[in-house]
Amino acid sequence: MIDQLLDSSVLIGIAASGIRLATPYLYAAIGETFGQRSGVLNLGVEGIMLMGAFSGFWAVYTSGSLALGVLAALLVGLLMGLGTAFINVTLKAEQGISGIGIFLFGLGLSELLFQQSFDGVVTVRGFPKIRVPLLSEVPVIGEIFFQHNLLVYVAFALVPIAWFVLNRTTLGLKIRAVGQNPQAADAMGISVARVRYLTVTFGGMMAAMAGASLSIALLNVFQQNMTAGQGFIAVALVYFGSWRPFGVMAGALLFSTVNALQLWVRTKGIDIPAEYASMAPYLLTILALVLAAQRVDQPAALTKPFERGE
Amino acid sequence: MDSFSTDTLPKTLPTGHARINTMQMQGIVKHFPGVLAVDHVDFDVSAGEVHALLGENGAGKSTLMKILYGLYQPNAGEIVLNGVHAAIKSPADAIRQGIGMVHQHFMLVPSLTVAENVALGLRSSREPLLDLNTVAERINELAKNYGLQVDPWAPVWQLAVGEQQRVEIVKALYRGAALLILDEPTAVLTPQEVTDLFDTLRHMVRDGHALIFISHKLHEVLAISDRVTVLRDGRKVGKIATRDATKESLARMMVGREVVFQYQRRAVEVGPPLLKVENLWAHSDRGTDALRGVNLDIRAGEILGLAGVSGNGQRELAQVLFGLRPALRGEVLIDGQPVTGKQPAALNRLGMSYIPEERMIDGVITDFTVAENLILQMHGSRPFSASIFLRPRLIARRCGQLIENFNIRTPSQETLIKSLSGGNIQKLVMARELSRSPRVLIAAQPTRGVDIGATEYIHQRLLDQRAKGTATLLISEDLDEILALSDRIAVIYEGEIVGVIDRSEADVQHLGLMMAGVRSEPDAAPGAEV
Repeated sequence: MIDQLLDSSVLIGIAASGIRLATPYLYAAIGETFGQRSGVLNLGVEGIMLMGAFSGFWAVYTSGSLALGVLAALLVGLLMGLGTAFINVTLKAEQGISGIGIFLFGLGLSELLFQQSFDGVVTVRGFPKIRVPLLSEVPVIGEIFFQHNLLVYVAFALVPIAWFVLNRTTLGLKIRAVGQNPQAADAMGISVARVRYLTVTFGGMMAAMAGASLSIALLNVFQQNMTAGQGFIAVALVYFGSWRPFGVMAGALLFSTVNALQLWVRTKGIDIPAEYASMAPYLLTILALVLAAQRVDQPAALTKPFERGE
Repeated sequence: MDSFSTDTLPKTLPTGHARINTMQMQGIVKHFPGVLAVDHVDFDVSAGEVHALLGENGAGKSTLMKILYGLYQPNAGEIVLNGVHAAIKSPADAIRQGIGMVHQHFMLVPSLTVAENVALGLRSSREPLLDLNTVAERINELAKNYGLQVDPWAPVWQLAVGEQQRVEIVKALYRGAALLILDEPTAVLTPQEVTDLFDTLRHMVRDGHALIFISHKLHEVLAISDRVTVLRDGRKVGKIATRDATKESLARMMVGREVVFQYQRRAVEVGPPLLKVENLWAHSDRGTDALRGVNLDIRAGEILGLAGVSGNGQRELAQVLFGLRPALRGEVLIDGQPVTGKQPAALNRLGMSYIPEERMIDGVITDFTVAENLILQMHGSRPFSASIFLRPRLIARRCGQLIENFNIRTPSQETLIKSLSGGNIQKLVMARELSRSPRVLIAAQPTRGVDIGATEYIHQRLLDQRAKGTATLLISEDLDEILALSDRIAVIYEGEIVGVIDRSEADVQHLGLMMAGVRSEPDAAPGAEV
């Protein structure tokens, strides 16, 4: 097994699919980073992903247009993000519990709509591979990094953009302040609610994109519960990455590479039971959360609703 | 209006912003559920003066000022700025109209730098990008003009409390505050820092700022203000020019009766050391060294006052002594017996009692009744329980005695703690802790947030306990309290004891220097009397 693994084409293949599989984690976790930096934990990412996956898939299937698929997912993400913000910010719900509700809602609704709209499994023609001119010809590097579809490139482009917005803009400063000390932000004339609505809604849109990246770019099918916990892992990745976009990316790559590796192990029919291999990413999640429990740079107001005059 | 003239002042402020010549709050009313916090109060301030707002905790000072700053909306009344009605619906409105506020609990984001904190919520010169270099330049300019030393690039969590307060003032000036509200600004400062703050405030007044100074410390109000308005129970009970006021007259207005400033201290035979602390080390919550080799001993019948600016290890020391925080090194001894690392219940049995700093968190269970809170540690032992059952009649009888002896004002024993006032809750904690006749008492900030009446009572109780031979560690940030009660005074600075001096040698100047970390040299001590 080891000598098979050390074959260069296998290694390149695993690295390339690691990059590819990081895509849904990146969308969901970068979006969630914004929410958490402003003090709102959205455990419902998984549910929004499923709804995004379904709506993107449905739009592409019925219209044949990939652009409409992305738009449909973004719109559904926007609505579910607004709903999440309403529940967590305006109604000040307990965020750990409301997130479970949002997850179950998305899980159930996407399943119902799927059964109503489709008769069994169908596929769509998803985003095609784009070979970046020149770069994709570079040996090894080209194969790993520059032969992916558009949504993969966009996901990785989001990372430096997110870093820049958080650290170099007035909006980013507001987001960080609201997550660390909403009372202080409020006293400086910042609307805590508005900032949180913005970040949570953006997080919803990115979660939906994460789902769509599965259903119209990576797998090109929709299945019930097709995200299989990736949304929850994305929430964990935000902790793992210490609420920093590049840290989140490092975590996403680690997870997706482990995932790619276990998929390869399963296709090889090597005598490790498949169940153990598919457990690996989830075990890694638990490990990440244990490590994250010792972190001190967590936004101080995370999960705490804001109330004036406390 | 008073015959106060603003003609001699410059037309605009040095910051380039317009002055607020007059501000009037008229007939302000504010209800909270079940409480009338502010009851038809008038208040005004003019450019070039300090108007002090004096009152006990809960008198409505902070509520009134939060209305002026837009954090609360009044149920009735109006605010008039420069003769024109002003609508202030939010802090953003207040800031826009030239009102700034330095809050009692600083409104800073610890993880951000000074410049980021100042820039927060303002339009940047390169919107939507941050332009912190420009912000830092302007901060340095303001700092120079007003004598407010701050480093724009330092993260706020690294700053000492006094520096953080300067950041708050800079922040308000940066936003063009013509009227600045200072809510209990001296509570966290050393005496020297108070002097520096007052210099800055006088400077601001000369430049045409209008200042509102909230305090319950009479000598500070007398030192800094031009006029004083006194609130009691949400109502305005007096307004006088400071030059016509005395400490006694202000206290009478504030409390509604004569106030004792001096206590009878009986001479007490001091016994052998009961509590000894040897080279004690402990971590803070952040994992840094909060205690760095603390040595103390307290004898029977003695009150040892521990003075220091907040955050120098007092909290951690109290917690280690009462077994709530592990010691890294060193020893705590009661009566020569090592007790380091013992659990609070074991320390209770050894005769230690603890009056915690955060009484609402560590002292009582707010959703329990008065009676339940009075027997918290004793509920499992006689006479309050037999086998596994509580004995309500005996509990009620005992609690009735405590409520009477300690003068706790509560509608009944079944009242929930959260509906009692701060002073009464503290009396309840005292009652519970002292009723066990402790040999060693740790009293952390026993009168913080407590009104003058209850403060007097608590002080008297601590002195009674001293007369009974208890060894008391009194941890307080209120130097007046330390000076009034202590037999000896230890000063803590950055987790170390800077020095221990006898009450007869103590004076505010000297203690202030020690609180800033200056070591006490017996021969170099200033000779001033208390």
